[in-house]
Amino acid sequence: MDIRFKFMKFRKIAGLISITLFLISCVSLGLRGLSLGLDFSGGTLIEVSYESPVSLESIRIKLDNNGYPDSQVVNFGTNLDVLIKVADQSGNSSVGESIFNILSDQEIPIELKRVEFVGPQVGDELRDQGGLGMIVALFMILMYVAFRFQYKFALGAVTALAHDVVIILGIFSVFSWDFDLTVLAALLAVIGYSLNDTIVVSDRIRENFRTERVLEPMDMIDLSLNQMLGRTLVTSFTTLLVLFALFIFGGELIRGFSLALIIGVVIGTYSSIYVVANMLMSLTLTQDDLAIPEPEGADFDGMP
Amino acid sequence: MNKFSIYQYLLILVVLVVGSLYALPNLYPTQPSIQVAYTDSGRSADQSLLNDLESILEESQTDYEDIFLRENKIVIKFKDVDTQLSSKTVLQNALLDKVIIALFLEPATPQWLKDLGANPVKLGLDLSGGVHFLLEVDIETAQQGRLELLLETYRKTFKEERIKFDESSIKDLKLHFKFSDNQSYNKGLKKFRDDSPVINGVQYIITERPSSDVLMLEYSDIALREIRDYAVGQNLITLRNRVNELGVSEPIVQRQGGNRIVVQLPGVQDPTAAKKIIGKTANLEFRMEANSRTSPLRKEEFNFKENEFQTAFLERSVIVAGDRVTNANTGFDESGFAQVNITLDMEGGRAMQKATSGNIGRRLGVLFVEQKTKSELVTNAMGESVIEQTSYIEKNIISLATVQAVLGTSFRITGVGSPAEASELALLLRAGALAAPMKFVEERTVGPSLGKENIELGMKSIVIGFALVVLFMIFYYRVFGIAANISLILNLVLITGIMSLLGASLTLPGMAGIVLTVGMAVDANVLIFSRIREELKEKDPQSAIRDGFSRAFVTIFDANVTTLITALILYIIGTGPVKGFAITLSIGIVTSMFTAIMCTRAMVNLVYGNKNIQELKI
Repeated sequence: MDIRFKFMKFRKIAGLISITLFLISCVSLGLRGLSLGLDFSGGTLIEVSYESPVSLESIRIKLDNNGYPDSQVVNFGTNLDVLIKVADQSGNSSVGESIFNILSDQEIPIELKRVEFVGPQVGDELRDQGGLGMIVALFMILMYVAFRFQYKFALGAVTALAHDVVIILGIFSVFSWDFDLTVLAALLAVIGYSLNDTIVVSDRIRENFRTERVLEPMDMIDLSLNQMLGRTLVTSFTTLLVLFALFIFGGELIRGFSLALIIGVVIGTYSSIYVVANMLMSLTLTQDDLAIPEPEGADFDGMP
Repeated sequence: MNKFSIYQYLLILVVLVVGSLYALPNLYPTQPSIQVAYTDSGRSADQSLLNDLESILEESQTDYEDIFLRENKIVIKFKDVDTQLSSKTVLQNALLDKVIIALFLEPATPQWLKDLGANPVKLGLDLSGGVHFLLEVDIETAQQGRLELLLETYRKTFKEERIKFDESSIKDLKLHFKFSDNQSYNKGLKKFRDDSPVINGVQYIITERPSSDVLMLEYSDIALREIRDYAVGQNLITLRNRVNELGVSEPIVQRQGGNRIVVQLPGVQDPTAAKKIIGKTANLEFRMEANSRTSPLRKEEFNFKENEFQTAFLERSVIVAGDRVTNANTGFDESGFAQVNITLDMEGGRAMQKATSGNIGRRLGVLFVEQKTKSELVTNAMGESVIEQTSYIEKNIISLATVQAVLGTSFRITGVGSPAEASELALLLRAGALAAPMKFVEERTVGPSLGKENIELGMKSIVIGFALVVLFMIFYYRVFGIAANISLILNLVLITGIMSLLGASLTLPGMAGIVLTVGMAVDANVLIFSRIREELKEKDPQSAIRDGFSRAFVTIFDANVTTLITALILYIIGTGPVKGFAITLSIGIVTSMFTAIMCTRAMVNLVYGNKNIQELKI
């Protein structure tokens, strides 16, 4: 038996780190909340491109004087592109136009790149739908894993997923990064990815518990983690490769998305090693739990 | 050992060939083109328009590659975007308001591919540029309108049947009737109940308060849904007609959820103009025909919509406008002739009653009011001739019929000609006003430069991400890495093919989904290869390959099914960008299972199958 890394030796420390991060995230989410993007908060966003750089302050003053005192004005990507956000004005859909008209008066020619208007009720709905989707996704996965494996694995998997999601949300909250629809999509994709990882590890633990009948549960889990380490790292590495390509070259619009995924892949990899295994240890997984032979294997032997 | 039967190879080959076939149209470049249609939506483009266009283009010495008739429109293809733009100006200047001209990119898909139904992947608005609107239909107003009608009807019936009531009103979308005595109360209740049943449930929910002789009536859920569906359906039709005026080549007008309508106009760059047309209200006016006693100051002359040379004088005062029309449909009168049934709301009914009571025997005219824009060639200060657009209002008579009796909330117009003409009139009456008011709840505009930028950025990240993964796989797994890379390429081809086949639109998040799939798709192969490495420690190469694949399969299957679950949930709950991501992710998961397991195995079998190998490079 080749156990190079005794992962479970550090399980208490890892558990402590996870719990601390989880709690910090919860506190930050509770106190600061998320800085919700336009999709969820409602309001108007307008992106314009100037032919030569222009000072943001002058745009702010201009908007101030024309009845939009609380608008956010930032550069977007380059110093020629300017993004202006106006908080909701009771669902008035023509704010974008009037802002564009105000800005067109300046000496430097501008080009309209995009206008987004999201009414308040749509924002609320998207928020509710997003939350609901997350819960439904977690529940369906719980059911599937409980059906395919065993309820202790299901609990482990769902704990790992909740752990990942809450910590990513926490990071977005702590740094006040914009949380919009694409970040929500990334979060759900992280659920998918992290689960992928979790299942691969669980699958090996299950296999070892059935075939190797000598080792202690802790060694068994360590053995499984070691066997899967190569694969876990390679997959995380290739996924991170493309995500960094996306982050660097994909442009400003999907930067939040790729950032959430990068964080998610890192945390997901960690959680599939520590959170799941930790949960299985705490729930004292025994060989009896997996004694009943499932139709696994037999079903798929004919397949390539 | 490790050999596929000929059928397995054939199956894989068929899937790949079909996939590539449908992915193929994406390799052909698109060609800048314009589409010309008559402004009058009833008239389809014909040979004479084609000839006109041809001669205009030849006169201005514009180079065009092809001109042909397609589905009521004329398509002209150009070599480059500059000629496309300049000819649009030339044609518009020559034909002004007669035609609607739309710019678009015509895919250069060869005919044999088109015959197979293979088309390039549609681009989402964030890639093509354009406008997206989400409109919400105000159902409560529609409901309120219906209730007002209902109130009026019951008041009338109760009066006729001598059922006495002291008060009648609408509060919180409920009818309130307070009856004078218990006997009337019971009669009223019976009336309500008799009216209530519909085929699949009840029309009304009746709240009874016998002690105070009060009855309350509200619409049941079934009835509400009917009202909602009618209102949304009606608005949808009206919106489609309006959008057609914009001359967009591939507009989308769709219902979304209960009471929303999505309008997507790819290529439209001016959201303000689009909004004006979508939000505009074509209108109707009901007016009395002027007679000999009407003073010349109080009458106006209008053309008939059907016949430009026929005119009539109508009074200047408007009895009722189109926003009071709640419904209009066709039916047949006693002798079997077509008629149009019109329903007005309460206020409209009252006004109509007042206006018609002393005027039986005179004729009632219906005017169709349209907001139109007129284009004119003018010379500006710089001496250039430009098209100047001015909006004006055009009013035409669509019906002029004799009043036979005092009219109320519902009446009919007979003598309207053939059933087809009747339904045309009903359509015009309905199109006049939206069934319920709408408001914009979401609007996204993407400029053309941003769209192009997004495509470039998306493609760049796919290419770079892909290249990095490919290099790493070769470096790490050697021969097996090459097999995995070929599978990865096949995977991309299949994703593109399936996207084209499904007609799903590709968005920027969708591209991100593809990039992510590239990263995750190798996972299946990584799992298989690391399993083979493990098996190699105890077994000979051939058994290691066999067991590596079959053991890894269970893991891959479980892992992918769970990811697919999340992707499907994303698709169901998501809108816009999230949906685009979910589509490519779901397709990617399925295709990557196929390529990573079946295709890689086939390649490995072709290389190593049935051979005596001593050592595996993996």
